[in-house]
This record gives sequence, C-alpha cells and structure tokens, in this order.
Amino acid sequence: MSVFPASTAAALKPHLERWLRRPLRPEAAPIRLLQRRIYVLPSAAGLAFAAALLVMLLASINYELSLGFALTFLLGGVGLASMVHAFRNLLHLEIRPLRSEPVFCGEPARFALLLENGREAARPALCLATAESAAMADVPAGDSTEAVVERPTTRRGWLPLGRVTVETRYPLGLVRAWSTVHPDLRCLVYPAPETDPPPLPLDGGTRDGNLRRAAGEDDFAGLRQHQRADSPRHIAWKAFARGGPLLVKQFSGSAGGEVALDWHALPPALDEEARLARLAAWLLAAHGAGREFSLRMDDASLPRGGGARHLHEALKLLALHGRRNHEG
Amino acid sequence: MRAEAHGTAERWLLATGLLTVMPHALHLPAWLIAACAVLLATYGWLGRQPHAQPPRVLLLLVAAGIAAGIRLHYEHLFGKDPGVALLAALLCLKLLEGRGARDVRVAVLLAFFLQLGLFFYNQTPAVAALALAGTLAATATLLALHRPRAPVREHLRTAALLLAQAAPFMLVLFVLFPRVQGPLWGLPADAHSAVSGLTDTMSPGSISELSLSDDIAFRAEFAGPPPPPAQRYWRGPVLTEFDGRTWHLLRPTFDTAPAYRPDGPVYEYRLTLEPHNRRWLLALDYADAGLGGVRYASDFQLFAERPVRSRARFTVRSRPQAAVGLAESEAVLAAATRLPAQGNPRTHALAGELATGNPSPQQVLQRALDHFRGGAYTYTLSPPLLETDPIDGFLFDTREGFCEHFAGSFVFLMRAAGVPARVVTGYQGGEINPVDGAMVVRQSNAHAWAEVWLPSEGWRRIDPTAEAAPMRIESGLSASLREGDPRPLLMRSGFSWLRQFRHRWEALANDWNQWVLGYNPDRQRDLLERLGFADADWRMLTMLMSAAASVLAAALFGWAFIRRRHADPLDRAWQTFCAKTARRGLARQPWEGPADFARRLAAAFPAQAAELGRIAHDYAQLRYRSPGTPADVRALSQRIRRLTLS
Repeated sequence: MSVFPASTAAALKPHLERWLRRPLRPEAAPIRLLQRRIYVLPSAAGLAFAAALLVMLLASINYELSLGFALTFLLGGVGLASMVHAFRNLLHLEIRPLRSEPVFCGEPARFALLLENGREAARPALCLATAESAAMADVPAGDSTEAVVERPTTRRGWLPLGRVTVETRYPLGLVRAWSTVHPDLRCLVYPAPETDPPPLPLDGGTRDGNLRRAAGEDDFAGLRQHQRADSPRHIAWKAFARGGPLLVKQFSGSAGGEVALDWHALPPALDEEARLARLAAWLLAAHGAGREFSLRMDDASLPRGGGARHLHEALKLLALHGRRNHEG
Repeated sequence: MRAEAHGTAERWLLATGLLTVMPHALHLPAWLIAACAVLLATYGWLGRQPHAQPPRVLLLLVAAGIAAGIRLHYEHLFGKDPGVALLAALLCLKLLEGRGARDVRVAVLLAFFLQLGLFFYNQTPAVAALALAGTLAATATLLALHRPRAPVREHLRTAALLLAQAAPFMLVLFVLFPRVQGPLWGLPADAHSAVSGLTDTMSPGSISELSLSDDIAFRAEFAGPPPPPAQRYWRGPVLTEFDGRTWHLLRPTFDTAPAYRPDGPVYEYRLTLEPHNRRWLLALDYADAGLGGVRYASDFQLFAERPVRSRARFTVRSRPQAAVGLAESEAVLAAATRLPAQGNPRTHALAGELATGNPSPQQVLQRALDHFRGGAYTYTLSPPLLETDPIDGFLFDTREGFCEHFAGSFVFLMRAAGVPARVVTGYQGGEINPVDGAMVVRQSNAHAWAEVWLPSEGWRRIDPTAEAAPMRIESGLSASLREGDPRPLLMRSGFSWLRQFRHRWEALANDWNQWVLGYNPDRQRDLLERLGFADADWRMLTMLMSAAASVLAAALFGWAFIRRRHADPLDRAWQTFCAKTARRGLARQPWEGPADFARRLAAAFPAQAAELGRIAHDYAQLRYRSPGTPADVRALSQRIRRLTLS
C-alpha cells in the first residue's frame, strides 16, 4: 500500500523514483485507480494541523488535562481517518478517455474524460490537472461524470493528452491524495488559418459558376454550428434573432462552384507553415461559401468533395503534413 | 472585498465559534464576553451582506483595545487565564478578518486550542459533550470548504463519520500513550487557583462557611462494611496554638511509621481525595502502619508527599481503637496547655471551679462534659457575632454556636483547668451512595472536635458538639439544626428525589473522575497490570500503542475497500447475468444496450438464443418501460440464476 505518514521521507524515495520513471505510453481504457498507484501525503494545512496537535499534547501533559489528551487524540484520529477518506475517494475510480474535438492551433485543446464511480458513495472534490490547467469534478454515487481538461496548443499535428494528475484533498484538506494517469486520448490540432488571406483562387470555368451563383443562390442545404472563419454573410441571422444558437447556412455545392487548391500553385516565397495557414483559411472560406473543393499537396491529395467531413479530412491532411505519425 | 454572502463553510464557522466561545463565559470577564458576542453578531450580520467587510484598521484597533483590556484585567499577558482570554478574542476577530479558505482553516485551529483551554477550568462530562459538539462543527466547517454545495445534513453526516472512525484511535491512544507526571516545565502562578476545603487555622465562622457547600471533599470505598456513623471521624489539621481568637497549626514532625502501636479492628478503604492544594490527607482515626506513599505526622495526621493538586487516590487502613499518645513528649503537652495571658476571665473562673478539690484529669473532664450537657447550648449555623472574649461570650452569654465554638471553648476550658487538650479539624460523617456503595464526604461534613490527653490512656477524642447536639453525629447536620436555619440544598427535607438523582449522578461522575480525569501514570500501570503487562515502561507502552493503532488503521483501510453492492434488485440481477456471460468470454460493453447485447449473445450461444433474448427483453421492459412489481423482478432474477450457458 503506498500510503505513508509524513515523516518517512526515506520510504517515499523509491516511490518517487518509480513514479518519475513511469512509462509515458498511454494506458488501456478503462484506467482503474488501484491502491498501488494512489499516493497520500499531508498538505501544508495538514502539517499546520499536526503542529497544532503537538502543542495541544504538550499543554495536556503539562497541565495534566485528561480531556486535553482525549481531544488531541480524537483530532489525531480525525486526521488519520481523513487520510483514509482521501485515499478512498480515489480508490477504484475508473477513468475512460471520451473524445477530443479537433481545434485550430492557438485554441485550447479540450479533452473529455469520463469518471465512473462504481461505489454507492459520492466522490466529491476531484481535481484533474494537466501541467497547464485543472478541472474540478464531483462524481455522484454509482454514477459517472464527464470532466474536461484543457491544454494549450502551440503547434499543429496530434497533441496527446499526456499525463493527468487526479487529485483530491477531500474531506478536510489535511492530506492530498493523488494518482497520475495517462489516458489514451489525443487532439488533432489544425494549422491556424491565415488571418487575412487573399481571395479564394478560382480558376477556369469556376469563374462562371461564381457569377452564376451570384445571380441566384445555390440550393439551401441546411444549417450547421457556427465556426470560426465562417463568413458572416452565411450566418442565419433570423434564427439567431429568434434566440437560437449561432448557425450558418449551408448550400449544396454545385458543379460550377468547385475550388481546386494546390500546394504547388502557392507563391514559392511562402514557407511550409505559411502555405498550410493559407490553405486552411481557403478551405474554411470554400466550405463557408458552400463550395466543393479538392486539395492537392506535395505528398498527398484529396479528391473533390464537400461537407464537414470533407473539410475535416482536408484540414487533417494539413495538420499532419510532414508529420511522421500520419495515422499513428 | 468579500466577494459574496456567506457560504456554508462560513455558517459552520459561526456555529463553531459560538460553541467554542460560549462555554468560556463562565470564567472570562463580562466585558470580554460582551465584546466577543458583538464580534460574532457582526460576523453573522455580515454574512447577509455581500460586499461588506470591516476595515482592517478598525479590526486592528479593536484587537489592540481588547489586548489592553486583558492586560488591565489580569495584570499580565502570560499565563493560563489571559492566554485563554486572548485566544477567545483572537478567534472572534479572525472570523471577521478571514475571507479565504486559509483564514477558515486558521480559525478552526484557534477553535481547537480554545476547546482545550476550556478544560483548564472544567472537565465535567457536560463540558466534554460541548467540546465534542464544537469539534463536530469544526470538522463540518472544513468539509464545507470542499463541498460547498452539499446539504448541511451531508456535512454533519460525514463529520460524524470521521469522528466515529477517530474514536477508537482516541481510546487506544488515551489508554496507552505513555503518561508522564506533569508538569514538564514550571507552571505559571495561577495554575492552581483557590479550592475550598479545610485550612490550617480555625476561627469562629470558618467551618460553618464550609458547611453550606455540597461539594464533595473526598470519597472512601470500604473493602468491608463501613464504620458506624459515630466512628466516622476523618482527621484533618490538628490545631494547638491559640491567640485568643484563632487556632493555629503547630508544625508536626514527620516519620515513615506511626508514633503509636496500631492494633484493634481494621477498616480498609480507598480514599479518593478532591484536589485541595494541601499535603494532608483525611483518614479515619488512626492510620495503620505500612501505608504506601504517605508520611505519618506526630499529631497522627496522614500527609501526602506533595500537595494534592489533582484528584488523588490512596489506599488506607485505619484502626479506630488504637491507643495513641501514651508516651507524648513534654514539648507537645506543654504546647497543649498554653493559653494567652489575658482574656476570657469567666472561663478561667469556671476552670478554677472544675479543678477544685484536686481532682484527677478524668474527673475534670467529666465535670466539663457535664457542664456542656447541662448548659443549654444550642447548635446553629448562624451564631451571633462575638466581639471580645469570644470564649466567655459563647459559654456564658449567647450559648449558640457551631462546632468550632464548641470545640474551641472546650479545649480552652480544659487547658485553663490544667488538662492538655487541642482542637482537631476534619470531617465527621459521610453518606453511602446507594448506587456504587462508596461513602461520600462533602464539605458540609466539615467538623471540629477536641482531643484531651490523659496520663493513663493518652489522647482521647472528645466531641463537645456531640454533648450539646447528639443528633449532629448520629444523623448528620440537618437533623441537629434549628428550624429555619439555612442548610445545604440537598439536606432540606422534601428533596429526596433530588438526592436520589444526585446519588446516581455522583456515582457516574465518580467513574468519570476515576477513569477519565484521574487516568494518570499510576492508574495506567494498574490497568496494564490487570491486562497482564506487569511493569510496563514507556517502551512497552509505545509498542502496544503502535500495534493497536496499526490494527485500527488496517481496519480503516479495509473499510475504504468496501464496495457496497447495488441496492436495486433489478440492477443486481442484470449484473449477475452480465457476470455470467463475462465468465464465458462475452462481457457486455458499456455502450451496449440489452437488445444489442442479446443479439451478440444469441450469435455465440445459438442453442439458448430464445432464453437469452427473453431475459434481455424482460430486463429492458422492467428497466425502461414500467417499473414492474417486485414479483416480476424476482422472476427475472430466478430466470437468470437458472441460466447455464453451454
């Protein structure tokens, strides 16, 4: 059992080393917190509490206060019991990776985890922390709760969730019980779209389509959630004015509205990331305008198509451009 | 800025503050209690006002004012009383100052200290219960910090659970923690405040004052039958010197053995003495030889090694019929006949009468006793005040007095007639508590009698009060007093039910005193010896304590592993079903509904496809469509139990 009192720093050392050398491989779901991997140590408040108890004990001895002994020992027992409560708050907790929606670079990546409590007692005040942020969660008795942890994104590609510390100071804040888990969850980070991109490149017959489209709208195909970089022209303002969510009108692309994006057609002065940023912006513009598009990269290509799924495929191609772990 | 109105934690903290500070009202100065009440009320009021926060400067000023007040009141800032007063003020101020979780924690620690402070003054079961309630509230306060949105009942439940789990640890540590005889360092002067009891002087009124107190002086548990009431004389200070008004103790010499030959029948008893901050014990006349931890004084008193500052227990044997003082020293006899040169001429004259005709000391004694019997003296708790020549005034004018008048006058008279005599103070009587059979002696039993030295038989006890008011000795104080005299509450007639209750309560309190408050190194050694650990030193105790605490901790961790099963029988049945299929390698996936799962199972066990489908269907119906009767659930449960997959 890896629960030890405050003073045994020596006993702590091997545990600490083992913890530091833990493999970084993600764990298979569900991750079940067993006693071997739960650590319990007094918090700063716990140390202050212990110091106060020592003072109380000395006063009881000196003044021969029998009830002073009793109170001190009772509080000592409460401290010990609170340690077990903290330990129990984590014990047998199951953590499942749920999902992570792709984000554009610069936006925080959000990782949803499912905390499952098989016990007929609530698990309050759980804290899930990554290196950068923390989220609080309460899991009711015999139930499950979704917790979302965030990590900042600084580069495109796959962002693994990495190590998450599940921690609790419940019930009294005197001890901190924690465990580190490595859920198998990663977030796809699209390249950040260029902020002020040149207009969509429209070659050949597409120009006609543009004109034709300008004369009369394409067929209305439905609504979808608003995303960044959607053209304000397509926002369903009427629906929004009625108090609904911010939606974007989508139009079924017609043959004439095709956009062909080509890595090689970009100005040679642009470097790799600038090209990806521009392509991402153009993809969003084309999708926002309801056009079908095709994408040709230097190492892969995507045939003509439309819709959210197609956009995701295209953006994924950009996100993973030049990355070794294409599908990894 | 206080961001919002009080949350649950703050409300709990207010309750903690009230429960902790309130009991101190009994001994803190009234102005300080008023200040604390105002501060607590302000805190409660602020709880309803979002964005209200007293300015820091104001709080500092109030703190400084209170500290100055405490300095003025106690005349110093160090020591027990001013320390507790400061703590109480600090707690109230901290509530007002505190905003964050950290401040709440600090306030809770202060509350714990203050609860300990309460025990300086009072360690009764009631105070223990109050402290327990305060600890419960403090624990709930800490809980509320972590679960601010949970209902109050939930905080209380978890706090009570924590305390209940802590209780066995408390018991083990209380019993086995190696006790040392305190103090560890010099105690401040106010550590042992004044306690009531006999003193080493006696003047008119000093014992009658004690007689109105129902406080217990000591208890005696007799090994055999207790002595009859007439023999219940518990010897205290023996007063020989007289200055005309007050009788004083003559410092006796000490020895490790009695100065007489102890023989005759013996009474053995266990004496539990309330602290009186004096060295003398109160033993029945006359203590047997070979008692442990005591000194024998030359005037037949029994002394402890050091002043009795906490409740102390002594095993004593007494032999009432032992002859004492047969070979008394000349110095003692000379001191026992000394009188002031002037004063009380009428008593001297009476003594002259008694001594006419050269009688033997026995005859003088007899004549004096006759005088007391025939003198129409009245025994009363409120005798008239006597100014000059108090012996004359009592013997010839007022003729009303309490035992100190009788004893003092009688000794004076004997000395004036040339017979050595002295005053003995102590307690007379004692009441058997029918609940636990112990004899209880109260301050109201305080008494003074005389001792006369006769050449042939040594010191003989004479109780002049008994001559004037024989009821006092046979039936106690109440029976011998006049109608309309004030008497202790419990001695008034018509309070028998109260006495009954009092007996029960005192028996309980005695157990509490003996086993909780009086649990000292001696008692610890006794208990361990009874448990089979003779001569347990601190190493042995530490080992035992660690072992017991480890067992408890292991049990507590075992509790942490308990996973209570689902209470819902339908859930339980379905889980049994899933466990059954899982054993055959087909575990239900968490996302699989009963229908999908049944389809997958049917593919794996085609022979039982129909039955499997039926079970899944029934479960889905009961779970999602209609709750169904318990009989339906039972039927499904049985179906699942009968199922064997092949």
